[in-house]
Order: sequence, then structure tokens, then C-alpha cells
Amino acid sequence: MSPLLLALAVPLQVVPLEVPTPVAATGVFSVAWLSIAAPAVVAAFLMLSGRVADRWGHLLATLAPIVSFGVAAAMFVALLGRPVEQRSVALPLWSWIPTGGWDISVGLQVDQLSITFALLITGVGSLIHVYSIGYMAHDERRRRFFAYLNLFVAAMLLLVLSDNYLVLFVGWEGVGLASYLLIGFWQHKPTAATAAKKAFVVNRVGDIGMSIAVMLMLATFGSSAFTAVNAGSPQMNGTTATVMGLLLLLGACGKSAQVPLQSWLLDAMEGPTPVSALIHAATMVTAGVYLVVRSHAVFAQSEVASLVVVVVGTVTLLFGAWIGCAKDDIKKVLAGSTMSQIGYMMLAAGIGPAGYAFAIFHLVTHGFFKANMFLGAGSVMHAMDDDVDMRHYGALARALPVTFVTFAAGYLAIIGFPFFAGFYSKDHIIEAAWEHSTVAGACAIIGAGVTAFYMTRLMLMTFAGQKRWREHVHPHESPLVMTIPLVVLGIGSVLGGLVLNNAIGSWLNPAVDGESEGAPALIHVTVIGVVTMVVVLAGVAVSFAFFGPRRSIPDTAPASRSPFTVAGRNDLYGDAFNEAVFMRPGQSLTTTLAYVDAHGVDGAVRGLAALFAGVSAGLRRWQSGFVRSYALTMLAGAAVVGAVLILGRLG
Amino acid sequence: MSVLSSSVAAVTMEITAPKIEYGTLMPFILVFLVACLGVLVEALAPRTLRFGLQMLLTFGGIVVALLITVLNWLTGARGEVAVGAVTADVPTYFFWVVLLVFSGLSFLIFADRKLENGALAFTPQGAATPGSAAEQEAITARVEHTEVFPLAMFALSGMMLFPASNDLLTMFVALEILSLPLYLLCGLGRRRRLLSQESSLKYFLLGALSSAFFLYGVALVYGYAGSFQLSDIAVALNTSDQKDGLLLAGMALIGVGLLFKFGAVPFHSWTPDVYAGAPTGVTAFMAACTKIAAVGALLRVFYVAFGGMRWDWQPLLLIVTVATMFVGAVLGITQTDVKRMLAYSSIAHAGFILTAVTAASQLGTGKPAGSLSSISAVGFYLVAYGAATLGAFGIVTMVRDRGGEATLLSSWAGLGRRSPLTATVFSLFLLSFAGIPLTSGFIGKWSVFAAAWAARDYWLVVVAVVLSLVAAFFYLRVIIVMFFSEPELEATGAQPGTVVRPGWTTLTAVGVGVVATVALGVFPGPVLALAQQAGEFLR
Repeated sequence: MSPLLLALAVPLQVVPLEVPTPVAATGVFSVAWLSIAAPAVVAAFLMLSGRVADRWGHLLATLAPIVSFGVAAAMFVALLGRPVEQRSVALPLWSWIPTGGWDISVGLQVDQLSITFALLITGVGSLIHVYSIGYMAHDERRRRFFAYLNLFVAAMLLLVLSDNYLVLFVGWEGVGLASYLLIGFWQHKPTAATAAKKAFVVNRVGDIGMSIAVMLMLATFGSSAFTAVNAGSPQMNGTTATVMGLLLLLGACGKSAQVPLQSWLLDAMEGPTPVSALIHAATMVTAGVYLVVRSHAVFAQSEVASLVVVVVGTVTLLFGAWIGCAKDDIKKVLAGSTMSQIGYMMLAAGIGPAGYAFAIFHLVTHGFFKANMFLGAGSVMHAMDDDVDMRHYGALARALPVTFVTFAAGYLAIIGFPFFAGFYSKDHIIEAAWEHSTVAGACAIIGAGVTAFYMTRLMLMTFAGQKRWREHVHPHESPLVMTIPLVVLGIGSVLGGLVLNNAIGSWLNPAVDGESEGAPALIHVTVIGVVTMVVVLAGVAVSFAFFGPRRSIPDTAPASRSPFTVAGRNDLYGDAFNEAVFMRPGQSLTTTLAYVDAHGVDGAVRGLAALFAGVSAGLRRWQSGFVRSYALTMLAGAAVVGAVLILGRLG
Repeated sequence: MSVLSSSVAAVTMEITAPKIEYGTLMPFILVFLVACLGVLVEALAPRTLRFGLQMLLTFGGIVVALLITVLNWLTGARGEVAVGAVTADVPTYFFWVVLLVFSGLSFLIFADRKLENGALAFTPQGAATPGSAAEQEAITARVEHTEVFPLAMFALSGMMLFPASNDLLTMFVALEILSLPLYLLCGLGRRRRLLSQESSLKYFLLGALSSAFFLYGVALVYGYAGSFQLSDIAVALNTSDQKDGLLLAGMALIGVGLLFKFGAVPFHSWTPDVYAGAPTGVTAFMAACTKIAAVGALLRVFYVAFGGMRWDWQPLLLIVTVATMFVGAVLGITQTDVKRMLAYSSIAHAGFILTAVTAASQLGTGKPAGSLSSISAVGFYLVAYGAATLGAFGIVTMVRDRGGEATLLSSWAGLGRRSPLTATVFSLFLLSFAGIPLTSGFIGKWSVFAAAWAARDYWLVVVAVVLSLVAAFFYLRVIIVMFFSEPELEATGAQPGTVVRPGWTTLTAVGVGVVATVALGVFPGPVLALAQQAGEFLR
């Protein structure tokens, strides 16, 4: 049946908002590929060039994302100048898999959603490259580090700029590879090697979901292009939509460290801190949110899948906050908080059209303030001889003034202090969640309070109180090359919300089929807003009560019998869960399979082989070597041919 | 006297000279001319110059013929030529290009003089009794039969005419032109001459029998249709007032003749004996080029002339297809001789090719838009299979013991350790035969199976896939023998084969085989596109 007939056959109960069809690329958009190619080529060059590029390779690598940023910014400006319905631009590149029924082509789609991501990735990416020049100055494998970073930027841009799910999947796997390589960058440390492997394996679970979802799309729509999926989704039956949505969510959970695939993110902090900032806070881990928002047409068809997204987001935001409270390792606290904040985004994305723009809004502001705080943490570690235990810090505000001020900006942003970035983006999510479901909204408010608690704890333990430094540690502020990115990101943390608050909703909505009518005014007082603020203040106050400047902080974590603390310190038993759910059944599955293979399959194969060998030996006798019997065979064959023809006529 | 001469003149004036399109036919004519010139060289040139002259003539002729074919293809010379005896259409050009290229490669294997210490791999004196003093004398005098080149060129000219013929008589003549030189070539092995002569005689006797079948079939069809022309026969299917029995019997007999040349079961019995006995270069030539010519003629006769009654011949070909795949795959398992194994492999491949032939997925028969036609699929398969076959037989000439080529499988044991490169290359060809992805064989199998699938012959495709699995077994077995087993020579009496470095000609042939096998596996697009151009016969 043709698509037209299909459309006629299905009564149009749901009239979806028209997602504009992409227009052909002209002008600056025709070089959109350059933003991906620049870091990709530099990455390849740095990996192949050998020692030659050791001295200047990192500078070249820093240039690549800046070039990409230039291209992205130019495209952004060009998009701004266009009427709304022409803001989605398609740039077909080449035909990738042309087969009978399918024609999967590689192409880019620049629209409001992808350009927002591209700007975030290249902007924050460039800053982190600059920062890394200082952070990795003394690492002897610096060239390789920058090559991997560039590989990541290229793959991430491919992920967000591609115009279909299969190419997106290539980028998806590319960032997974880059993440693996960078988590395990200090491969001499067994913990780093294990963490890299863990991230890779856990992501495989999610990637299975993702790849099956893409196959399902190909089977359902005959194409994996966004346009085809968007156009075909309204005609999809409910079960297919639910299955597809859940599979996509599984992929998103793996990449974005959402429950139940969250365990790898905490271990991923073994990587160099710029990596944690770029990949495991600002960009890659938000790819899951991108995926859900990009697949809005699929989720619109399935209540169940959307509900599961909300549940996953809510559970993760509490999970992450809980873990954040229990850790003493500064990076792990931030990792827990990253999980938690992505949980907020997921929650918003699950709400549906009312939440998409808020999810992306929070994603962008979070990209600023979390990258800022991770880099700040890197600066602190730099000062403290790579010690990550907050119990060994204290009173660093004076020693590291720039770091302190910028970190404080990020801190105020994340707890949602008025007029800082997070105040706008997070409060919108909380309000939208409250309107969607009281339970989710209440959880989100509780999460905000807990966030305030553990982030205040982090600030107090690091920058306030007494010096608890180890011997021979002499903190000093980081060089300019590291502090300038901090300052830029700090400014973003302060102003990001103010600047974007009114613009982002109307900017994104056409691309994501959203319906939030922009955001309310800059200053608005709602009941939920006031409640949230009270809860946040309570969290800060509790934190001051326990970890205030006057309080003494024990040098090691005091033993605790509180089940909450113990669970939090153990990452809420994520590893035990993995072991029970994935590893043990996986192992027993492989042993069973090996047994069946050895006894059942091999037996059948050997039996068949013996059968064929027997038949073969029997048939060989016909090959006697006598021409007369060969001629007789031919004659018999001719007789058979004749008989078949005659029988064919009779039958 | 004057009356007589004037009447003769009157008669001769009525005869119009047949119009021959020399330009279009030039590749064929050129190959034939070169063969004739080759005979003259044998008669007139001094012995020392003959080899060089023959090489020059043969390869020069092939290259020029190839260029002209390509030019004709590009300039669009199409249509019935030579008073309707030959059809020049895209499939013809495609088959000609493939035939010329693969013949050139097999003649490169012919031309190797390094493996036999400065002499060709053909007997020095074909007329001498094997083992006699006369033969010994010829060996020590380093006499060579450079006649093999003109003979092979004659065979090539027949092969070119065979799939291009537009009438059954031309086709029969082509059949004989291609067969007779091959009978001779088979008997000219330098080593194991009795085996070689036996294969020649067997091939000749059975070939004569099959020719008789073919000719009888032609006569019956003529009786039915009143014409030898394929297009006239196609018309006569609807208009003739003769009994159908005549047509059915004629078609069956023609089919037998063609399937014999193609090596399809149950007309395959000659294949293993002849392939094993013939000089390996000739075997390569037969395995690659005879198959191409035969399947080309088979396609043309059955699609053009008998296309209207495919409901009659499809069940028949279906049975032959399955039997061919089955016998080739199953009997390959128990072979202990590499050349015989490759012979059964060629039978199995004939079966796989027949899946597409049987399906007859053409424009006129409801081929789904955008899919490969049967002719295109067969065309691509022939390229893939031909390249790997030539390469594999090229390797067989290189693995030797004291008695010449060591064709016993047991003497190939451990070859992977003694000569890893050779064993790897041979494994590549075997993997291609088995249809492993990233080799040309996979794409070839995929294309013929896709053509059969498009024609809704689903269960045929399933059977074919299962049997290609069985066939893969014996290819992989050879790889295991080469790489993972120790020679057990006492038990079989075989000597360990060692790789002798051949001349550049054989290396070129093998090299082209390797490149084509890998390139067509990874990047099949261009050749597939060419085959797609050759998707339909001109009717």
C-alpha cells in the first residue's frame, strides 16, 4: 500500500504539528561537513604523524574545534536570519547503502536542535581543549590525548548533525570509542583500564537497544531518516511505538548513565579531568537526552514509553543526588550530580512537548556550569598534587581565588540560586514536572534540596574550613591557559539562564514539535518556585550545620551504620546490580550455550558431516572412469529430461 | 559458349553478396585471423622464433580485440549482423570482454616456461608414444608444441561466437570450433601423458555424443519452426501448426547439448576426469571460459528462442540445478586430489549459476523493478568465479614435487607453514568459492540468489544456500589441511609439495585473480553496473 493510501486508511485522530521538511543547503550550510571533517582529519593526522607532531600537535588539535565552532556559529547566524519554516537545512552528502528496498544516505541536517548542540559541543569543546593545553602540559602522551579529544568532537558532531538514525549511530559508537580511549588514557593505572572496560561494556547493553531500534525503524518505515521517521510515526501501531521508544530509551540510558545503566559514570572519573568535563558532563552523556528529544515523534505515539522516560529520569535524579551526598572524592560528587542533572533533563524530555525545550535548556546551562565545575575541580586537583579526596582539602578559597570564584558561580547555578543559569532551567523543569505528575514534581523538588545539600558540602569541604592539606602540598593558582576557560564558563554559568530564558523555547519548538509557550518572565513567583527555593535553602542550611566552617571534618570518612550512607558510598549497589542482572546471567548463558554447542550443535554438525560424507562416498562409485558408463548416464539424463518435459505437459 | 556464359552471368547477377558488418564482428574475426596466422607461423617460422611470435600474435590479438569490443560497446553498435547469424547486443559484448580477459589470463598460464625448466607445460611431441625413445629425444632436444597458442585461439573464437550466435546452425558450428581444439589441448600434457590422453579421448567421445544430441535437437526444432533463427523460433511458438512433441523433443536435446558443455548434472561425468587429466592451464581455460561461453549460449537459446515456453523448461532446469549443486557440493567432500576437487567445485558453481538461469528474472517475465536481471547476475557471477578459478589453477601449477604438479591433497598438508604466501592466496580463492563476505564470491552468490529470489523461487534459494554451506565445508577443509595439519606422507605415498617460483606470466594471472577477488568483494559496484547494462538480450 502506498503511503498515501495508508494515510487515508488510518483515520487521522491525532493531527501532529507539522515538523518542517528540511530545505536544501545553500551558502554556509553547504560546508557544514567541514565542522566534522576538521577535527576528524586532525585526529587522524595526530594519530598517524608520530613524534613529528609531539611539540605542536596539541595546538593544531585546539584549532580544530575552534574551526568547527566558527562554522557552527556562522550557520547559527544564518539560521537566525531565516524565517522559522526554513530553519531546517538538509545537506545530503553521499549514498551509503543503496540496496533494493532501502537507500540509506549519509547527510547532515542542521536545524534549531542540532545547531544548539553543535554550538555547545564546539564552544565548550574549544574551551576544554585550551584548558587541556595547561592541564596535560607535562604528559608525555599529550599528542595522543588531543587526538582522542578531536576524535570525540568529530564523532559527537556527527551524532548531532546527521540526518538519520543509522549515521547517528555511527557517531554514537564513535563517541563511545573516544570515551573508552580517554577514560583509560592513563592505562598504566589498573583502575583506569578497568573503568574504561566497564564503560564500554555497559554501553554495549544500551547500544544493543539502540541498534535494534534502528533496525526496527528500517523495518517499519523503510528508512532511518529523521524526516521519514517523523512522517511515518503517526501511522505506527501502538505496540511498535512502545517497543521502539523503549529500545531508544535503553540506548539513551547507556549513553547518559541513567538507571539502570548508570554504574559506569562514577568509574569514568578515572579519566583526565578535562575528559570528565567535556565527555562525562557537558556533551556525550547528554546524547541520550538528544536522542529522546530527537525521537519526539516516536514517543508521542506511546504513553508507556514516555512514562518510562519520566520514571527513569526521576529515579536517576534522586539516585545521583543520593550518591553525590555520600562521596568524598570531588570528581565523584560531581559525577553523581551529573547523573542527577541528566535525570532532570530526561524527566523533562519524558513529559513530552511541554518539556522538550526545557530539557535542552537545562542541558545547555548544565553544559556550562558542570564543565565549569569539573574544570574547577581539575584546577583544585592540580593544586593539590592530583589528590581527589575532599577531606584533604579545606580553606582553598584564598589559595585559588579564580578557581573559587568561578566554582562558586557554577555552584550557585546548579543549586538554582536566583538569576543564575540553573535557576531558570531547573525551575522550569520542576514546574513542568509538577503539572505533569505530582509524584515526579515532588521528587524533583526533593532532588533540588539534596543537590543544594551535597553541593554546599562540596564547597565547604573544599574551599572553607581549616587546612587539612597533606604534607608537601603547596596550592597555587593554575596558569592563565587554565583559568581563562574557567572564567568564560563561569560567565556562562551566571548569565546563561538570563540570556536564553526567553529565546530558547520559541527557538527550539518548531524542531522538536514542542508546545511550551516560551518561558515565563525573568522574575516570576509561583508556589512551586517558592517551595523549591525553601527546600533548597533548607538543604544549604543542613549542609552548613554539618560541614560549616567551624565544624571539624574527620580525616577519613567516619564509619556509619546508616543504611542510606552505606548505600550511597557503595554507589547504591550499582555494581552488585550489574553483577546480578547482567554478569551472572550472562555467564550462565555462555556456559549453557557452550554446553549446547559442544554437545548438541557439534553433535548435529558432525552427524550431518558424516551423513554427507557417506552420501558422497556412495555417489563416487558412479564416477567409474569408464566412458561407456558416462555416456549411459548422459543418455539416462536425456531420458529424464524428456520425461520431465512430458510430465510437465501432462500435469 | 556465349549463351552458356551469358546464362551463368544472369544467374550470378541475382546473387547479392551477403552484407557483413566487419566492424562489429572484428573482435571475433581478429581472434580467428590470429589463430590462422599462428598456424602459418608454425609452418614457416624457424623453431626458435615461434614462441616469441606466438606470444606476440596471441596477446596482441587479444588486446586489440578487447579494445575493439569495448569501442563497439561504447559506440552502440547493436543489432543482428552477418545476415542474422550473429546478434551484437550488450550481453554479447559483455561475454566477449569477459572471455577475452579470462582467455588472456589463462594463456598467461599456458605461456609459463619457468616451471618446466625452460619449456612449456605441454608435451614436446604429441604424436610420440608416452615413454618411448622418440619422446625422450624430443624432451632432450627441448622441442615445444607452440601450436597450443593457435589452437587455444581457435577455441576462443568458437567461444566468442557461441553465445553471440543468433541461429542454431551458427551456434552448432561455434560449438564445434570451440570443442575440437580443446579436445586436442587436453591431450597435450607434459607429465602423466597417459592420463592426459585418456582425458582427451573421453572428452572427445562424450563431446561428440553431446554434439549429436544438440544437432538432432536443432533438426527437430527446425522441423517445428521452419527456421534456425532464434527470433523466428520464438515467433513460431505461437504460430506453428506442427505438433508440440517436435518442439519439446528438440528443446530437450538442445538443452542436453548445452548443459553438457556447461558441466551440469547429469551431463557432468566428463568434468572431473578431464579437468584432472588435462594440463592445468587448459583446465583453467576450460573451467573459466568454456563455462562462460556455454552459459551464454544456454541463456540466449532458452530466453530468446524458448522464452515463450518457460513454463515447460523451468521445472526441467530446476531439477538440473538442484542436482548439479548437490552432486558438485557433496562429491567435492570426498575428493583427495586438488584438481578433481576444483572440478567438482566448478560443477557446484555451475549449479549456483543455474539458479539464476532457471529463475529467468527478466523484464519480460515480471522482474521487480530495480533488481538484478538473471543475465546480469550470471554475468557478475562468471566474472567473480572466473577470476578465482584462474587464480586457483594458477596456484595448482606452482605446487610441485618431483613428478610435476603435486595435486594430491595430502601433499598440500602443511603448505601454510612452508609457503605461507601461496597458501594464503589459495585460501583467498577458496574463501571466494565458498562465498565468504568481502570476497567476490559472496557478491556473486548474493546476486544470483537475489535474482532467483526476485523470481519467487524461494525454496530454490534456500536449497542453494544450504548446499553452498555443504560446499563451503570442502573448501575450508583444504584451508585446514594447508595450515593446520602435518603431512602424513607414509600413509598416502605422497611427497610433500613445494612451491616453485613460476614465471611472471603465471604470477600475473594469479595476481589479477587476487586483485579481482578482493576488489569485487569490497567494491563490486562498477562491475555490477556493467553487468546490469548487459541485463537483457536483443530480440
